[in-house]
Amino acid sequence: MVEGLRYRDDAAHEEPAVTLDAFLDQSNATAVRLESDEDARKLLPFLDRLALIEVAFPAFRDGRGYSAGRILREAGYTGELRAAGDVLVDQILPMRRCGFDAFAPDKPLDPAAVERALGRYSNVYQKAADGRAPAWKLRHG
Amino acid sequence: MYKYDTYDQSIVDARVEEFRDQVARRMAGELTEDQFKPLRLMNGLYLQLHAYMLRVAVPYGTLDSRQMHMLAHIARKYDKGYGHFTTRQNIQYNWIELKDAGDILADLATVEMHAIQTSGNCIRNTTSDQYAGAAADEVADPRPWAELLRQWSTFHPEFTYLPRKFKVAIIASDEDRAAMRLHDIGLQLTQNEAGETGFKVYVGGGMGRTPMVAPLIRDFLPAADYLSYLEACLRVYNRYGRRDNIYKARIKILVHEIGADEYRRQVEEEFLHVKTLGIDPPAEEFERINAFFAQPAWEQGLSDELDLSDPDFKLWVDQNVFAHKAPGYAIATISLKPIGGIPGDASADQIDLMADLAETYSFDELRVTHSQNIVLPHVRKADLYTLWQKLDAAGLATANLDLISDMIACPGLDYCSLANARSIPVAQKISQRFADREADLGELKLKISGCINACGHHHAGHIGILGVDRKGTENYQLLLGGSGAEDASLGRITGPGFDEDGIVDAIERTLDRYVATREPGERFLDTYRRVGFETFKEAIYG
Repeated sequence: MVEGLRYRDDAAHEEPAVTLDAFLDQSNATAVRLESDEDARKLLPFLDRLALIEVAFPAFRDGRGYSAGRILREAGYTGELRAAGDVLVDQILPMRRCGFDAFAPDKPLDPAAVERALGRYSNVYQKAADGRAPAWKLRHG
Repeated sequence: MYKYDTYDQSIVDARVEEFRDQVARRMAGELTEDQFKPLRLMNGLYLQLHAYMLRVAVPYGTLDSRQMHMLAHIARKYDKGYGHFTTRQNIQYNWIELKDAGDILADLATVEMHAIQTSGNCIRNTTSDQYAGAAADEVADPRPWAELLRQWSTFHPEFTYLPRKFKVAIIASDEDRAAMRLHDIGLQLTQNEAGETGFKVYVGGGMGRTPMVAPLIRDFLPAADYLSYLEACLRVYNRYGRRDNIYKARIKILVHEIGADEYRRQVEEEFLHVKTLGIDPPAEEFERINAFFAQPAWEQGLSDELDLSDPDFKLWVDQNVFAHKAPGYAIATISLKPIGGIPGDASADQIDLMADLAETYSFDELRVTHSQNIVLPHVRKADLYTLWQKLDAAGLATANLDLISDMIACPGLDYCSLANARSIPVAQKISQRFADREADLGELKLKISGCINACGHHHAGHIGILGVDRKGTENYQLLLGGSGAEDASLGRITGPGFDEDGIVDAIERTLDRYVATREPGERFLDTYRRVGFETFKEAIYG
């Protein structure tokens, strides 16, 4: 069982994430935590100097963070995007597709089950934030 | 009909394996029921009063005989020999064991079927006009667009944990046979003045506790922007839809609270951004899908003559047969509402027979309707009499389409763990009470829900019935004046509710007043709208 998963090659970011309000007040932080009801677009002017954005998933049913992830990636954010909270095995795949590349689940995950889940679908239907080509792209080149 | 290629098949096959894995983890105790619940729901598996219920997707209600035979096979092998066709043009099985769920999905996958997103807080099976591709009044077949939407919405990573379920309907005629404006998103395929194809987009309709008719959000959405615009509609909802109260979580509440204009503004702003992402497939992908829906090879030069000398056959033709776009052909509806029966139920033998008849007489195609019947969309008029005889021999020739006994009813407290009252016995009593006079009563859409969730569409019934729990006893409220058609409206509660027999009596008083006050050619709904609510209230309560 693992307490965290990370799909990045760079060194883990050590600076603790500050709240969105604190980040918007003090402009030198490089890590921020977004609660599920906070607007990811408020971070867009600052993406260049952010190394870590942690998005809260207070309950796995709360899907707002998926949109936050995509919005950040669509705006060109390349730093660590971490899903934190009630993150379960079966949520990792859609989170990866929405651009999350690090996970801090409340409860440890079985890495083998995560690997099975991530490798299960060899095809996808939509273009999302993970660069995978949708079926229509493969059909038509 | 659409046929899977290797991409489609690989996704459905992977789903079978994924769900087997999830079931195994649940049965091993690695997943709690709370954690398993959203996973099984995303696959149409509900825990009901007596057993698991599995809902199988019939995308936009279209299927072929091979798929229909598979539905019969599942009814026989895994259920008690019957299935229940639903208002989402799907079929559900009420007596499923959890251990069999993986095998059922594997069986379904062999005929390009699945149970993906037939429940859960995600984009549900898209519904459409049951006469699509056959009706004379459509601008084009809406189903290729529905298939495009099926693929886009299947495992959409951003919209898997929406605030609440999300239902889309697509039609292509001014006559609305799919209750389009009572959906979270309703799309009407249309053409603009320049002859270009696009959609009217309605957002924020729905039934349930707070019924609403969807307002128009986009007058003309060009076809090339179809999926980008839907993505924007969903993203605004996913971010800002309410999550604090399950009863206020549907998109209709968001649209209502911020207003259609503000919702439209937010969607248009999001759309400008989303459109830059390259989400819309190229026109070649639409053409690929569209080719699967090419017109069947209808015979040319057929006669429209029909021998109606058999009076029972004539009754059925007059009631259950609809005009087809090709000369010499007809659209035939098989009623799953025998007098006194359970609306929408069919036995495995009946399902097999309907599959065989589709193969022989309807270019191998069937449709499930949102009012829980089956359609054979392309029948030669010359074959109608033989078809009718075979249906009649199997108890499938009830001539009651759109009459009072052709009612929609949810499973109710006989099956459903959410229900407050039984729906089926009320449906049966109404059917029996009014069968003799229903031809005279004319078009009358009666819809019954066993609880406020409104699966039986009671808000949209010309006559609606809502079962409630009143101090521990089943009580039925009466609603009048709803419509799910192009003249969409919501029914109004008449007053205090009734017990099971009382509601049937109240409907009789309502209908007696209708007969006494109608003008020639008026349907019940027309009379109600002309003379008003109070006249009927007075008739009901004295």
